[in-house]
Amino acid sequence: MEILKPAMAGTLESSDAQVTVEPGNGKIELSLESSVMNQYGRQIRQTVLETLDRLGVTSANVTMVDKGALDCTIKARVECAVMRSCGKSEASIPWGGMIK
Amino acid sequence: MIPRPRPERFRLRRTMMFMNAQKPGLIKDAYIYGVDSIMLDLEDAVAENQKDAARFSLYHALKTIDYGDTEVIVRINGLDTPHWQEDIRVCVAGGADGIRIAKCESANDVKTVEAAVEKAEEEFGVEKGRTLLMAALESPKGILNAYEICAASERMFGVAISGGDFRKCMQTTPQRDGIDMVVARGQMLIAARAAGIQCFDTVFTNLDDQEGFEAEVRQNKAMGFDGKSLINPKQIRYVHEVFAPTEKEVRQAEKIVSAFRENAAKGLGVFTVDGKMIDIAFIPGAERTLRLARACGMYEGDLV
Amino acid sequence: MINKVGRDIPDYLLKNGKEVYQGKNYMDGKYIQKAAPKTRRYEKPQESKIAESIVKALKDCGAKSGMTFSFHHHLRDGDFVVNMVMKAAIEELGLDNLTIAATSLGSAHDPIADYIEQGKVVGIQTSGIRGRMGEVVSAGKLPTPAIIRSHGGRPRAIEGGEVHIDIAFIAAPTSDCVGNCRGIGGKSNCGSLGYAMSDAKYADHVVVITDCLVDFPNMPASVEAIDVDAVVVVDSIGNPKKIASAAARISQNPRDLMMAENVAKVIASTPYFKEGFSFQTGVGGPSLAANLFLEKYMDERNIKMGWAIGGICGPMVELLKKGKVGKVIDVQDFDLDAVNSINQTPNHFEMSASQYANPANKGAFVNKLDFVVLAALEIDTGFNVNVLTGSDGVLRGAPGGHPDTAAGSKCCIIVTPLVRGRMATVCEHVVTVTTPGDCVDVLVTDYGIAVNPLRPDLIKCLDDAGIKHVTIEELKEKAYSLVGRPDDLEWEDKVVAVLEARDGTILDVVRKIKPYHV
Repeated sequence: MEILKPAMAGTLESSDAQVTVEPGNGKIELSLESSVMNQYGRQIRQTVLETLDRLGVTSANVTMVDKGALDCTIKARVECAVMRSCGKSEASIPWGGMIK
Repeated sequence: MIPRPRPERFRLRRTMMFMNAQKPGLIKDAYIYGVDSIMLDLEDAVAENQKDAARFSLYHALKTIDYGDTEVIVRINGLDTPHWQEDIRVCVAGGADGIRIAKCESANDVKTVEAAVEKAEEEFGVEKGRTLLMAALESPKGILNAYEICAASERMFGVAISGGDFRKCMQTTPQRDGIDMVVARGQMLIAARAAGIQCFDTVFTNLDDQEGFEAEVRQNKAMGFDGKSLINPKQIRYVHEVFAPTEKEVRQAEKIVSAFRENAAKGLGVFTVDGKMIDIAFIPGAERTLRLARACGMYEGDLV
Repeated sequence: MINKVGRDIPDYLLKNGKEVYQGKNYMDGKYIQKAAPKTRRYEKPQESKIAESIVKALKDCGAKSGMTFSFHHHLRDGDFVVNMVMKAAIEELGLDNLTIAATSLGSAHDPIADYIEQGKVVGIQTSGIRGRMGEVVSAGKLPTPAIIRSHGGRPRAIEGGEVHIDIAFIAAPTSDCVGNCRGIGGKSNCGSLGYAMSDAKYADHVVVITDCLVDFPNMPASVEAIDVDAVVVVDSIGNPKKIASAAARISQNPRDLMMAENVAKVIASTPYFKEGFSFQTGVGGPSLAANLFLEKYMDERNIKMGWAIGGICGPMVELLKKGKVGKVIDVQDFDLDAVNSINQTPNHFEMSASQYANPANKGAFVNKLDFVVLAALEIDTGFNVNVLTGSDGVLRGAPGGHPDTAAGSKCCIIVTPLVRGRMATVCEHVVTVTTPGDCVDVLVTDYGIAVNPLRPDLIKCLDDAGIKHVTIEELKEKAYSLVGRPDDLEWEDKVVAVLEARDGTILDVVRKIKPYHV
């Protein structure tokens, strides 16, 4: 998927994460801030990168502010932000395909 | 990935608790309070511009969280919105046990949803007929059409009234004695029983009025409801207490079921228990009492 | 050297007779040589001890660089006194090389972090440490490790001379002109002054700071004029809104209530739950809510609580007033209901920290305690509890009376949600052991109850009462299945804080954390 315009998903509430995606320069730039960085920073980063990979995103600036979200929430927020940036978040979502 | 067993159409549903599908902190472990069913809400709890985000959260919650024996139902957006079709796709793809149809007014509404569910089951390779349905009646028209709605589909397990919208239509407000909704509740109960499905009462929203809540729960039980929709875990315990059978009812049911099985083995269809004549018509009720007793921790035998 | 709870204590800390933790009651029966302070005689009758400023009082008491100043934390997050005194000492008198020995420090003391960074404050001894101070100490900005002690460990260390206080500062809601202090009657009331009592008795000099001067004699005094050198009157000793909340309300959070109900169930299943039982609870959500459910069981069985101790707040005062508890004895007050009750409501008394929890005296209240209900930041499969460091390894908590009550009580119940956000509360190894597992008996979480295998008697009680329980390993696995297994924290060698067990042995150390960078 190609990141067409800046988009955001999620909130800054506890147990949630806020993800912003913007068009990139041919690679993934990830900026991560987390309340559980020392214990889960590596795993969160991996989850975000895997999710982007599954969505076929190869060029994007991604910012995530994590408030202790579980992996399932992190995935949901990244997917929603990416789909929103492509204008494809409302219908015909590939559940179980790209989204899993 | 948590595989969920095939949903059971007529299981115990004393309590159904609403949870905003968009709030990760809420949905991650709503089952710990011992509620029978949780109702993940894509409708009123989710803001119009977050409907898409809520579906992504819901999908991963359904796929990741082990809800155990707790039933997982999703309330989808109304058929008059642009959201309901994608709502159904995500419910089926994620493996929700059932779907609650908001603002249902006719058998046709049920059939419309059923067709979309069937299509989604095909699309996502889900066993046909797996996804159950229930309808929320929120308008006078819905109440008047209650029977055709209840009988509209083999997937229908129950029907519920939604008090907020219904009272607005009727130009009334909640009354202490329930007079505002007594006719609607009664009509819906009759329709549900006639169609052989379950029937659930609306939420009680004033969390500070425990006395009013308890009175309403007792009335629900007296009227014959199967259960009640809830908005807060602290409401669960009282409903379970009120809907629990008495010790005497449990022992009686145990006697009836075991006597029936013994006599049936001998080829006898009619017999007496404690001087009372019993036949097969008593069995479903007695078995329901035992299942309820088991859920309430009052029965540990192996008859059900 | 590896201690009884499996923690590696660097040998260089084991000097001057310091030992590593050896297990519960290791020091029992040993003798302690008490340290007497060197105090000034005031033979000539004095009209008043009022000094015109903190600087003047400091000078009168011979304040100089290298000294240890003590403070107490009854004014909690509303405290102005620590910052006021340290500013006068450092910025006006130009002192440095100072050590702060406080009963606890919180976010009210963020400015002290600057003095640590400037090298003016070189030592911290406290029970609690939070906010910016926690961050700078965790970052290794002190030349020597901070020393963390429990509320009982602190008076033990003071009385035994391990901590020598040069000047003790008493934040007094009311004082008369010669230094009789009370925690009530003024504009910044805090109720009990229990933590200040040992300080006043064992410090060389004692300075009272008050914002409400009252007529002599201010009786009954919590800190007595016989121990006081000077009284300073200031505009305000603290922010009343942050000293005591209007009323500690019992949580309405359904998760807290569910756990609290299970705590009460566990209590009611033990043989200690009988007429005259004794009880202490924390003020955290589920701990405090346990009061509510306990009352129900007391009514059902028609029994009354003999006495309660602790930090006290409204719900316990309410029980006292209803006649459901015989006596309340109090080292600190958390809300206005408690502040307004101490020494006013019959049978609501004040006690010192030593009387409350000191393991080296001859009979602290904690030793007679039946039940204590406590919270935890983390608890591991050995039932070791951490209430000091966040799971990111940064200092942000307080052992307080936790290790003392856990050790003294017959049944110590920890109540905590299984996970907080993404953090597993029940884990494999706590970051820091603040209360050793041999003092902890039962764990109640929102996902189930576990009993310490060291207590087969309690396991039987729960079984007999039909209360379901699982092993703590199962709870830990459940937690990790929800949040994922955390990566191990990475540490540098440098020790930033030493955690003393209540008996004075070394229970654990906190090292400098290596942060993870993406």
